[in-house]
Amino acid sequence: MMLCDVCGKNPATVHLTEIIDEQMNELHLCEECARNKSAAMEQQFGLSDLLAGMADFEKPSSSKDEELVRVKCPVCGLSYADFKKIGRLGCGDCYHTFRKYLAPLLKRIHGSNQHIGKNPSRAKVVTKINKKKTGLPELKIQLQKAISEEAFEEAARLRDQIKEMEAKKDKE
Amino acid sequence: MQINDLINHTSEWLKGTGPHSDVVISSRIRLARNLDKFPFPHWASKAQLNAVLEKCRQVMEKVEPLKNSTLFVLADLDSIDKQFLVERHLMSIEHTQKTEQKAVLVNDEENIAVMINEEDHLRIQLMQSGFNLFEAWEIINSIDDALAKLLDYAYLDDFGYLTACPTNTGTGMRGSVMLHLPALVMSRQIERVLAAIAKLSFTTRGLYGEGTQASGNFFQISNQVSLGHSENEIIENINGLIRQIIEQETQAREIMLTKSKEVLEDRINRSLGILKSARIITSQETIELLSMVRLGSDLGMIKDIDRRTINELFIITQPAHLQKLENVKLSSDQRDLKRAELIREKLNLL
Repeated sequence: MMLCDVCGKNPATVHLTEIIDEQMNELHLCEECARNKSAAMEQQFGLSDLLAGMADFEKPSSSKDEELVRVKCPVCGLSYADFKKIGRLGCGDCYHTFRKYLAPLLKRIHGSNQHIGKNPSRAKVVTKINKKKTGLPELKIQLQKAISEEAFEEAARLRDQIKEMEAKKDKE
Repeated sequence: MQINDLINHTSEWLKGTGPHSDVVISSRIRLARNLDKFPFPHWASKAQLNAVLEKCRQVMEKVEPLKNSTLFVLADLDSIDKQFLVERHLMSIEHTQKTEQKAVLVNDEENIAVMINEEDHLRIQLMQSGFNLFEAWEIINSIDDALAKLLDYAYLDDFGYLTACPTNTGTGMRGSVMLHLPALVMSRQIERVLAAIAKLSFTTRGLYGEGTQASGNFFQISNQVSLGHSENEIIENINGLIRQIIEQETQAREIMLTKSKEVLEDRINRSLGILKSARIITSQETIELLSMVRLGSDLGMIKDIDRRTINELFIITQPAHLQKLENVKLSSDQRDLKRAELIREKLNLL
């Protein structure tokens, strides 16, 4: 029987692989020590660390660190490197400036990067890049594609979106 | 309205009415909104923050549901006043820090609060008594529509409402329900329930929101995902989860009533006894004992104390409330004395 690496008393039932500085390290813990460890880890990493970590993950391998520092939001001056540090964006335009990093990040956080809720009746639309994709015929095509790919969660989401749009149309 | 006028006022959401108010204390919806072309508060200059505050102040006077409201500029308030607003759930703990150019607008019924220059330019909140998210949404939606006519929000068609933290992007909406789950805690089922909630990507927090521990059997459950679902879907998802938790809590209460009624009755009445006679009591102990008394009232074991009185006691026994009531700064020991006195007074009058 394997004993816990930390307390050396109880049988190890939780097996962890830690990677620190590219060094792989295996840990065998009893339930109680594992719980303590996870509590300590949660304390160590605040939300901004978590986000910064996720943001790091989204960095495309082709891009250089310089680019992250050099490209600044034209409205507020924040760079993506700043965002990685503080976990907060600088202004609404940052979403446009850092779109290529933020689209996958939002998808990781929310499971989607397509807003389907309400929109401000006279909000200033900064960009219409993705407008084409959200029309009813396009959605129906996407739905067929999702079904054929057996991406059922995505399909259900599209189905609801279509339903909502059709209901809105009927009202109008 | 002055801040001192709030002391003798009972917030709308504390009434203890509304659907399922035996388990659900309150339902709350908040929307995060930002002004286009202005840096988010943490990244803005003092002049920019001032401009945002001024703009919001002017606009809010024109919005019908916000007409009978008061704007509290936080720089004008002392630390007890700020804590007092947090205890009343009118603003976050974060809003009490670095208060320059921050403000909170509160309506007379105290069910609407708008924080200006918190993490986002606007954090609009609506609180309802009981299990009532859809009603809360209807009201807050109309306020948001009215504001959108007068302000340019930061918004993109694909990402939705743009927020300082990407965890709020999309609808900018967080729906939360404050639950009182004493039976699930006592029957040790709560861990299982909380684990299930976490798996479904909802979060559980304590009485005072972000960063606070759940205490005294109170749990605030809210959605984590704000993008990719419509507001109605998000609310329906929370409602589905809350309905299940209510059912489990109700079942656990029934089982306790059939299996160990005397033990439960003993515990509830002892709690009431301590509250009615203690001379020194901490706020933590107060919350725990009041939780049992509330359960007793919900189960009909305590007949002469209603939910509203208990809900009020939860709030007015908090540190800043005691100090506002006494109008002096009190040390922790002094507060424990004062708290016990206040509770005795309120409960023995009944």
